[in-house]
Amino acid sequence: MARAAFVLVALLAVGAALGLVIKKNVIHGAMFLVVNMASIAALYYMLGAEFLAVAQIVVYAGAIMVLFIFAIMFLIPGKDETGPDPRRWQRALALPLGALLLILLLAVVAAVRGTGPPAAGPATSGALYRALLTDYLLPFELTSILLLAAIVGVMVLAKRRPG
Amino acid sequence: MTPIPAPPIAWNALLPILVLAGTAMLVLLADLLPPRESKQHLGALALAGIIAALVIALVRWGTDVCGFRDMVRLDGYALFFDIVIAYAAALVVLLSMDYLRRRGAESGEYYALVLFAACGMMLLASAGDLIIVFLGIELMSLSLYVLAGLFKSRRQSSEASMKYFLLGVFASAFLLYGIALLFGAAGSTNFERVAAAAARNPHDTLLLIGVALLLVGFGFKISSVPFHMWAPDVYEGAPTSVTALIATGSKAAAFAALIRFLTTALRPLQPDWTALLWILAALSMTVGNVVAIAQTNLKRMLAYSSIAHVGYMLVGLVAGGPQGTSAILFYLFAYVFTTAGTFGVLTLCERTGGTPEPDGDGAVDVREYAGLGRRSPALAFALTFFLLSLVGIPPLAGFFGKFYLFGAAVRAGYVWLAVIAVLNSAVAAYYYLRVVVYMYMREPEGAAATLAPSFAGGLALAIAFIGIVLLGVMPAPFVELAQVAVAPLLR
Repeated sequence: MARAAFVLVALLAVGAALGLVIKKNVIHGAMFLVVNMASIAALYYMLGAEFLAVAQIVVYAGAIMVLFIFAIMFLIPGKDETGPDPRRWQRALALPLGALLLILLLAVVAAVRGTGPPAAGPATSGALYRALLTDYLLPFELTSILLLAAIVGVMVLAKRRPG
Repeated sequence: MTPIPAPPIAWNALLPILVLAGTAMLVLLADLLPPRESKQHLGALALAGIIAALVIALVRWGTDVCGFRDMVRLDGYALFFDIVIAYAAALVVLLSMDYLRRRGAESGEYYALVLFAACGMMLLASAGDLIIVFLGIELMSLSLYVLAGLFKSRRQSSEASMKYFLLGVFASAFLLYGIALLFGAAGSTNFERVAAAAARNPHDTLLLIGVALLLVGFGFKISSVPFHMWAPDVYEGAPTSVTALIATGSKAAAFAALIRFLTTALRPLQPDWTALLWILAALSMTVGNVVAIAQTNLKRMLAYSSIAHVGYMLVGLVAGGPQGTSAILFYLFAYVFTTAGTFGVLTLCERTGGTPEPDGDGAVDVREYAGLGRRSPALAFALTFFLLSLVGIPPLAGFFGKFYLFGAAVRAGYVWLAVIAVLNSAVAAYYYLRVVVYMYMREPEGAAATLAPSFAGGLALAIAFIGIVLLGVMPAPFVELAQVAVAPLLR
């Protein structure tokens, strides 16, 4: 049952990824990407990585997709991308390179035999928070300085000059 | 739910960084208080913080503390770079105070961001873990992206900021991917654990791919060929005082992390990365110098010249050992003074017109320097010395820097690389000296104003000038300092 659900969600993820590549309308593509990211979150959850699943939803399917849509709305006024592709030769390279990547990935998947879930059992969010506040205290705090610098930076760039 | 035990906090290992971060927040708060018209006092406050960090680094010389599960280490090596970075940041703040007012772009956030960038740089110097390397690079780069776009109404400035941001983020992605793969291969991001894993299985595919990706990321940050494409546009478009920080501090900091990472975590792979860096060094020197010849915009010329200097420093990394590594540290020290001084003169010479005019182009074309020798003899004299030091004319700092680097390469058996480096230095003389020729032997076109440097700007130039003369006239004590500094890496 669990296996069937996993395969179903995995197929959904692959299908959405295909839709993203094939669709010409960028907004439709973005919607497919949302489906893809959400189904990957479901896969994480089924594999016991609950925190990763939630982070995937919040960060990727949520925040990053909003950014994507914003950027698309700002930058591309037309509905479809039309006209001849200016990078025809790159497109010719895409197929062999993509095939190469597929073969490499298959080889890696075939070579690495799964060792099952880690011995310590699935990492709970509690263990994660504990690690953040003890072993990884310094990176955690440094991230807050980084965010402060980012906020100041946004203010500097967005602030209107007086007069 | 059991309470989380409080982890030990090694304040000592973070002291200079904490001082800088604290000062940055103070600057942000003080920005809210009057006086509102002038922001000079915020510059002075930032300067005080940097000097405090510098004094701490000098006082703590000789100590060696680790903290936070060996994620940071304040040893002689980190302290040496802290001193270099503090000098770079202090010179930049001094140069900015007058420059920003003239361009009508004074703000408290500017100084806070310079301090945050310096904070990230010092973090890179102390990093003993790839997570800290990543956070340090991000803190430094993020601040610099914003600073590069400070002159919002100037198109080149916004373009520089955008380009720097996009390519920088691209490089960070490489870095992060490399870190993730290394973590997969070694089971830890700590330098010593990575070293242990690399010693066990030096040709693990995952490890090698991770290292390659990391080197790409570092290559962007130090702007070595072929990862240098961003440098000329960013150097040209960014405010000149920010260009000075990008050229000095960020380069020194990225080198600090790169050297420590390669010599401690990847020592088992030394033959592999040495071969790679040989190519990067030769390419950076040659491309940088040859392309610099064709530039008439001084900021672009200095961008290509800085790429060439990265090549020289990579020669030291290829040579390796105490001599090669300490030669890079000495070279960086000399390079920071020389480059900050050169950009300092450029900052002071930028055309201002009658009113503050942030959109105007600065005096960056070499032709605008015609007759500077007569108009402002002091500035022309200083710029001549800085350029001669960049060429590597004895007895200035640049000469001894090159001497130690190339000497180490010859002793380590990389004679061909040393030959390429020496030939390149000869090529470089052409475009540096051309500026000197313009200053003293050409008449200015039209009426050109005489320039008088402000007190802060003059002080910055004087410090840089004393630095290159001191390092050139008596290099021995500084070389010894550099050798003491690299000792903990090469144990």
